[in-house]
Amino acid sequence: MIRVEAVSKSFGSRHILRRCSLEVGRGETLVVIGASGSGKSTLLRILIGLVRPDEGRVLVDGKDVHALAHRDLQLLRARMGYLFQSGALLNWLTIGENVALPLFEVLRWTKTRIAARVEEVLDLVGLSGTRDLLPDQVSGGMRKRAGLARSLAMSPEILLYDEPTTGLDPVTSHIIDQVILDLKEKLGVTSVVVSHDMAGTFRIADRVAMLYDGRIIAQGQPSEFQNTADPLVRQFVTGALEGPLKDKTAREAPKEAR
Amino acid sequence: MNLLLSSVERAGYTVRLMGRSLAFAVRRPRLRATVALMYDGGLKSLPVVAIVALFSGMILSLQTGIEMVRYGQGEMIGALVAQTFCREFGPFMTCIILVGTVVSAYAAEIGTMKVSEETAALEVLSIDPVGYLVAPRILALTVMTFLLTICADVVGILGGAIVAANQLDLSYERFLTRAVETLRGRDWFGLPRDVYAGLVKAGLTGFVIAAIGCAQGLLAEGGALGVGRAVRRAVIASIVMILVLSYDFTWLVYRAFL
Repeated sequence: MIRVEAVSKSFGSRHILRRCSLEVGRGETLVVIGASGSGKSTLLRILIGLVRPDEGRVLVDGKDVHALAHRDLQLLRARMGYLFQSGALLNWLTIGENVALPLFEVLRWTKTRIAARVEEVLDLVGLSGTRDLLPDQVSGGMRKRAGLARSLAMSPEILLYDEPTTGLDPVTSHIIDQVILDLKEKLGVTSVVVSHDMAGTFRIADRVAMLYDGRIIAQGQPSEFQNTADPLVRQFVTGALEGPLKDKTAREAPKEAR
Repeated sequence: MNLLLSSVERAGYTVRLMGRSLAFAVRRPRLRATVALMYDGGLKSLPVVAIVALFSGMILSLQTGIEMVRYGQGEMIGALVAQTFCREFGPFMTCIILVGTVVSAYAAEIGTMKVSEETAALEVLSIDPVGYLVAPRILALTVMTFLLTICADVVGILGGAIVAANQLDLSYERFLTRAVETLRGRDWFGLPRDVYAGLVKAGLTGFVIAAIGCAQGLLAEGGALGVGRAVRRAVIASIVMILVLSYDFTWLVYRAFL
């Protein structure tokens, strides 16, 4: 369903991605792991056409995302959802209005139909009763779930999650992971999740890929990552202080360009 | 050289933004949002526009009036104040105030949305930020600049009349008769040309400075500091454009067409 072919991206002299290739099948959940600044979020932005790669291409159902005309890209994006790290809710709209936004602006549904759908997706992410609250009036975890509800409003076939559990307490993280699993089971959504939360990764992933130094250095089943002999992957998965990742991470720790 | 290139790039972006906003305003005008922005940005600037216009009219009347009375030209104070306000002072003053109150706010609002990923969120929801955020703002400020300039012209002339009547021994009637006569002097398309030209210039300048504010906001990057830079650029570019447009328009109306 999604095919990333030899994608490279640099910001100035800094190489973020170097000939990355990935495939995600229909209904599959791929989790891309890697240290902060390894290019995970950039990869996700390239997948949805927010950032143009310097080389390579991204195919969604055979269509090259970056070769599409503006209107066709909008139609493709209508089939995709994207959960931002911060939720990226519009602050002057209530949670309900945020969720209703694409239904009103893109699908142009009637008010009654929109209200019913808003209730439905808020309920799906466990946010019933928050419709009239402003984003500033709810917690970070609730904002993320509200962002997820907004992404789900148009019933996307593909969902991209940018660190869905970062900054959340373990229980809220578990709730979000459960929502991701439910979406896959109930709606058959194809997901690409960017994360460095290993517990969550092993809960939700069908397949895992690891980005390091702009390259995909490992891909496989979660069990393969748990039992890997690769010292880089093993150190990242276990979070060990000593290992090949330590020096590199401490020296570079770059902030991913937006 | 880099500074020059980036300035040209920003100017080009702003011009493209004007074109796209016009297309959106015609194709899908967001009247409710536009009216709300007219109230929030424009109408709330009315008190400051009125106060500045009142005192500017009073100062102009007093400064020029003292000399004109000495040369026996006291009768002409009304004509001078009215022409100065309608041709130049009203539009110029209104636009400068709106740069401080509204254009800077546009750059800050949209810039904050850009750095907090809200504009990216709109894009992935297939909602064009130009149609949703920019077009209503540009339309609102264009209309409000036009309306506030009418207010500034009227209040400025009244301010001049108050000083003429109380400080320069000229009656309200004589001041205002001269003011109206001079504006009626040369009709243009059935309207007093001085008023007409001043108001068209105000509307045009309002359109340009609104686009500058929105463009700088959309080009903001790099967190709070980036938003600050965007606001500063918007204010500087707007003030320069007010002066350039003011001169060009005056030349066009009073030299090229005569």
